[in-house]
Amino acid sequence: MDDFDEFDGDGPEVVKRFMYVNRRAPYGTVYALECLETILIAAAFEQDVSVVFMDDGVYQLKKDQDTAAIGMKNFSPTYRALEGYEVEKLYVEKESLEERGLTAEDLVVPVKVLNSAELQEIMAAQDVVLSS
Amino acid sequence: MLHIVNKSPFERNGLKSCLRLAKPGSAILLIEDAAVAAVAGSAPAKDIAARMGDFSFYVLGPDIDARGLGDKELVDGIKVVDYGGFVDLTVEQDTCQSWL
Repeated sequence: MDDFDEFDGDGPEVVKRFMYVNRRAPYGTVYALECLETILIAAAFEQDVSVVFMDDGVYQLKKDQDTAAIGMKNFSPTYRALEGYEVEKLYVEKESLEERGLTAEDLVVPVKVLNSAELQEIMAAQDVVLSS
Repeated sequence: MLHIVNKSPFERNGLKSCLRLAKPGSAILLIEDAAVAAVAGSAPAKDIAARMGDFSFYVLGPDIDARGLGDKELVDGIKVVDYGGFVDLTVEQDTCQSWL
Protein backbone atom coordinates (compact mmCIF):
# COMPACT_ATOMS: atom_id res chain seq x y z
CA MET A 1 0.00 0.00 0.00
CA ASP A 2 3.04 2.27 0.40
CA ASP A 3 3.01 2.57 -3.36
CA PHE A 4 -0.16 4.60 -3.20
CA ASP A 5 1.02 6.96 -0.45
CA GLU A 6 2.89 9.09 -2.93
CA PHE A 7 -0.10 9.48 -5.22
CA ASP A 8 0.01 13.11 -6.30
CA GLY A 9 -2.84 13.40 -8.76
CA ASP A 10 -0.63 13.42 -11.83
CA GLY A 11 -1.20 9.73 -12.47
CA PRO A 12 -0.83 6.49 -10.65
CA GLU A 13 2.52 5.51 -9.13
CA VAL A 14 1.86 1.87 -9.88
CA VAL A 15 -0.11 0.43 -12.77
CA LYS A 16 -1.00 -3.22 -12.48
CA ARG A 17 -2.81 -5.46 -14.91
CA PHE A 18 -6.19 -6.26 -13.37
CA MET A 19 -8.46 -8.82 -14.99
CA TYR A 20 -12.08 -9.23 -13.92
CA VAL A 21 -13.63 -12.56 -14.87
CA ASN A 22 -17.43 -12.51 -14.98
CA ARG A 23 -19.00 -15.96 -14.88
CA ARG A 24 -22.52 -15.32 -13.59
CA ALA A 25 -25.73 -14.13 -15.18
CA PRO A 26 -27.16 -10.78 -14.00
CA TYR A 27 -30.15 -10.36 -11.60
CA GLY A 28 -30.23 -13.89 -10.09
CA THR A 29 -27.39 -12.87 -7.78
CA VAL A 30 -25.67 -9.57 -7.08
CA TYR A 31 -22.24 -10.72 -8.36
CA ALA A 32 -22.50 -9.14 -11.82
CA LEU A 33 -23.45 -5.69 -10.51
CA GLU A 34 -20.85 -5.81 -7.73
CA CYS A 35 -18.15 -6.77 -10.21
CA LEU A 36 -19.11 -3.91 -12.50
CA GLU A 37 -18.74 -1.48 -9.59
CA THR A 38 -15.33 -2.93 -8.76
CA ILE A 39 -14.23 -2.46 -12.36
CA LEU A 40 -15.14 1.22 -12.18
CA ILE A 41 -13.08 1.59 -9.00
CA ALA A 42 -10.01 0.04 -10.65
CA ALA A 43 -10.55 2.30 -13.64
CA ALA A 44 -10.70 5.37 -11.36
CA PHE A 45 -7.24 4.40 -10.11
CA GLU A 46 -6.08 4.35 -13.74
CA GLN A 47 -5.11 0.71 -13.67
CA ASP A 48 -4.71 -1.52 -16.72
CA VAL A 49 -8.12 -3.17 -16.63
CA SER A 50 -9.42 -6.01 -18.76
CA VAL A 51 -12.79 -7.71 -18.38
CA VAL A 52 -13.70 -11.24 -19.40
CA PHE A 53 -17.24 -12.52 -19.85
CA MET A 54 -17.48 -16.30 -19.89
CA ASP A 55 -19.90 -19.05 -18.83
CA ASP A 56 -23.20 -17.41 -17.78
CA GLY A 57 -21.34 -14.10 -17.54
CA VAL A 58 -21.97 -13.57 -21.26
CA TYR A 59 -25.65 -12.92 -20.41
CA GLN A 60 -24.58 -9.71 -18.66
CA LEU A 61 -23.96 -8.17 -22.07
CA LYS A 62 -27.12 -9.33 -23.84
CA LYS A 63 -28.91 -6.52 -25.68
CA ASP A 64 -32.52 -5.49 -24.97
CA GLN A 65 -32.63 -6.32 -21.26
CA ASP A 66 -35.94 -5.16 -19.78
CA THR A 67 -36.08 -5.47 -16.00
CA ALA A 68 -39.20 -3.35 -15.43
CA ALA A 69 -41.35 -6.27 -14.35
CA ILE A 70 -38.83 -7.77 -11.91
CA GLY A 71 -38.34 -4.49 -10.06
CA MET A 72 -34.57 -4.38 -10.48
CA LYS A 73 -32.37 -1.80 -12.13
CA ASN A 74 -31.20 -2.69 -15.62
CA PHE A 75 -27.49 -2.01 -15.32
CA SER A 76 -26.53 -3.25 -18.78
CA PRO A 77 -26.22 0.33 -20.21
CA THR A 78 -23.33 0.86 -17.77
CA TYR A 79 -21.17 -1.52 -19.83
CA ARG A 80 -21.41 1.02 -22.63
CA ALA A 81 -19.96 3.66 -20.27
CA LEU A 82 -16.80 1.63 -19.60
CA GLU A 83 -15.17 3.05 -22.69
CA GLY A 84 -15.41 6.52 -21.09
CA TYR A 85 -13.33 5.20 -18.18
CA GLU A 86 -10.78 3.84 -20.63
CA VAL A 87 -11.84 0.27 -19.93
CA GLU A 88 -11.63 -0.93 -23.50
CA LYS A 89 -10.36 -4.49 -23.19
CA LEU A 90 -13.59 -6.45 -23.13
CA TYR A 91 -13.19 -10.13 -23.96
CA VAL A 92 -15.90 -12.72 -24.46
CA GLU A 93 -15.11 -16.41 -24.58
CA LYS A 94 -16.22 -17.84 -27.90
CA GLU A 95 -17.15 -21.25 -26.48
CA SER A 96 -19.44 -19.74 -23.82
CA LEU A 97 -21.17 -17.52 -26.39
CA GLU A 98 -21.78 -20.35 -28.87
CA GLU A 99 -22.96 -22.74 -26.17
CA ARG A 100 -25.74 -20.24 -25.37
CA GLY A 101 -26.80 -19.63 -28.98
CA LEU A 102 -25.49 -16.04 -28.93
CA THR A 103 -23.19 -14.06 -31.20
CA ALA A 104 -21.24 -10.79 -30.81
CA GLU A 105 -24.17 -9.03 -32.52
CA ASP A 106 -26.36 -9.89 -29.51
CA LEU A 107 -24.21 -7.83 -27.15
CA VAL A 108 -24.57 -4.23 -25.93
CA VAL A 109 -20.92 -3.33 -26.51
CA PRO A 110 -18.25 -4.14 -29.06
CA VAL A 111 -16.11 -6.93 -27.62
CA LYS A 112 -13.23 -9.08 -28.71
CA VAL A 113 -14.42 -12.68 -29.03
CA LEU A 114 -11.56 -15.04 -28.20
CA ASN A 115 -11.33 -18.79 -27.87
CA SER A 116 -10.18 -20.36 -24.62
CA ALA A 117 -6.61 -20.88 -25.86
CA GLU A 118 -6.28 -17.17 -26.66
CA LEU A 119 -7.80 -16.20 -23.32
CA GLN A 120 -5.38 -18.51 -21.48
CA GLU A 121 -2.46 -16.38 -22.65
CA ILE A 122 -4.04 -13.06 -21.65
CA MET A 123 -5.14 -14.42 -18.27
CA ALA A 124 -1.69 -15.79 -17.51
CA ALA A 125 -0.13 -12.37 -18.18
CA GLN A 126 -2.13 -10.53 -15.47
CA ASP A 127 -0.89 -9.23 -12.14
CA VAL A 128 -4.28 -9.67 -10.46
CA VAL A 129 -7.22 -11.83 -11.53
CA LEU A 130 -10.56 -11.43 -9.77
CA SER A 131 -13.31 -13.88 -10.56
CA SER A 132 -17.01 -13.71 -9.75
CA MET B 1 -0.47 -19.06 -11.78
CA LEU B 2 -2.27 -20.85 -8.96
CA HIS B 3 -5.91 -21.59 -9.73
CA ILE B 4 -8.07 -22.23 -6.67
CA VAL B 5 -11.38 -24.04 -7.15
CA ASN B 6 -13.82 -24.23 -4.24
CA LYS B 7 -17.20 -25.33 -5.61
CA SER B 8 -18.46 -28.88 -6.07
CA PRO B 9 -18.04 -29.94 -9.71
CA PHE B 10 -21.42 -31.69 -9.40
CA GLU B 11 -23.15 -28.39 -8.73
CA ARG B 12 -21.10 -25.73 -10.49
CA ASN B 13 -18.86 -25.42 -13.55
CA GLY B 14 -15.85 -23.77 -11.84
CA LEU B 15 -13.56 -26.77 -12.23
CA LYS B 16 -14.60 -27.34 -15.83
CA SER B 17 -14.01 -23.69 -16.74
CA CYS B 18 -10.73 -23.61 -14.87
CA LEU B 19 -9.48 -26.65 -16.81
CA ARG B 20 -10.46 -24.88 -20.04
CA LEU B 21 -8.90 -21.48 -19.23
CA ALA B 22 -5.81 -22.33 -17.18
CA LYS B 23 -2.58 -22.19 -19.12
CA PRO B 24 -0.70 -25.51 -19.16
CA GLY B 25 2.00 -25.43 -16.50
CA SER B 26 -0.34 -23.85 -13.94
CA ALA B 27 -1.06 -25.28 -10.49
CA ILE B 28 -4.66 -26.13 -9.58
CA LEU B 29 -5.70 -26.45 -5.93
CA LEU B 30 -9.04 -27.98 -4.91
CA ILE B 31 -10.45 -26.68 -1.63
CA GLU B 32 -13.78 -26.71 0.24
CA ASP B 33 -16.52 -28.51 -1.77
CA ALA B 34 -14.22 -28.86 -4.80
CA ALA B 35 -12.12 -31.33 -2.80
CA VAL B 36 -14.65 -34.06 -3.65
CA ALA B 37 -13.37 -33.97 -7.26
CA ALA B 38 -10.16 -35.62 -6.07
CA VAL B 39 -11.81 -38.96 -5.22
CA ALA B 40 -10.60 -41.63 -7.67
CA GLY B 41 -13.34 -43.06 -9.83
CA SER B 42 -15.57 -39.99 -9.57
CA ALA B 43 -16.67 -38.30 -12.80
CA PRO B 44 -14.64 -35.10 -12.22
CA ALA B 45 -11.58 -37.19 -11.26
CA LYS B 46 -11.56 -38.48 -14.84
CA ASP B 47 -11.32 -34.89 -16.13
CA ILE B 48 -8.45 -34.26 -13.71
CA ALA B 49 -6.61 -37.46 -14.68
CA ALA B 50 -6.91 -36.50 -18.35
CA ARG B 51 -5.08 -33.21 -17.67
CA MET B 52 -2.47 -34.50 -15.22
CA GLY B 53 0.25 -33.87 -17.81
CA ASP B 54 -0.75 -30.22 -18.23
CA PHE B 55 -1.14 -29.10 -14.61
CA SER B 56 0.08 -29.78 -11.07
CA PHE B 57 -2.99 -30.74 -9.05
CA TYR B 58 -3.32 -30.28 -5.30
CA VAL B 59 -6.15 -30.87 -2.84
CA LEU B 60 -6.49 -29.48 0.66
CA GLY B 61 -6.30 -32.44 3.09
CA PRO B 62 -8.42 -30.88 5.86
CA ASP B 63 -11.30 -30.53 3.38
CA ILE B 64 -10.97 -34.18 2.31
CA ASP B 65 -10.98 -35.26 5.98
CA ALA B 66 -13.87 -32.98 6.93
CA ARG B 67 -16.02 -34.68 4.30
CA GLY B 68 -15.16 -38.17 5.50
CA LEU B 69 -13.21 -38.89 2.35
CA GLY B 70 -9.90 -39.53 4.09
CA ASP B 71 -10.30 -43.29 3.56
CA LYS B 72 -10.91 -42.98 -0.18
CA GLU B 73 -8.29 -43.40 -2.84
CA LEU B 74 -7.51 -40.13 -4.59
CA VAL B 75 -6.88 -39.60 -8.28
CA ASP B 76 -3.36 -40.68 -9.22
CA GLY B 77 -0.83 -37.84 -9.19
CA ILE B 78 -2.76 -35.33 -7.07
CA LYS B 79 -0.83 -34.02 -4.07
CA VAL B 80 -2.49 -33.53 -0.71
CA VAL B 81 -1.47 -30.33 1.09
CA ASP B 82 -2.27 -28.91 4.51
CA TYR B 83 -2.85 -25.20 5.25
CA GLY B 84 0.91 -24.63 5.37
CA GLY B 85 1.19 -26.20 1.92
CA PHE B 86 -1.62 -23.95 0.70
CA VAL B 87 0.39 -20.93 1.85
CA ASP B 88 3.52 -22.29 0.17
CA LEU B 89 1.63 -22.61 -3.13
CA THR B 90 0.45 -19.01 -3.01
CA VAL B 91 4.02 -17.87 -2.34
CA GLU B 92 5.59 -20.05 -5.05
CA GLN B 93 3.17 -18.86 -7.76
CA ASP B 94 3.31 -15.26 -8.93
CA THR B 95 -0.47 -14.83 -9.05
CA CYS B 96 -3.53 -16.73 -8.02
CA GLN B 97 -7.10 -16.81 -9.20
CA SER B 98 -10.11 -18.08 -7.29
CA TRP B 99 -12.83 -19.64 -9.45
CA LEU B 100 -15.70 -18.61 -7.20
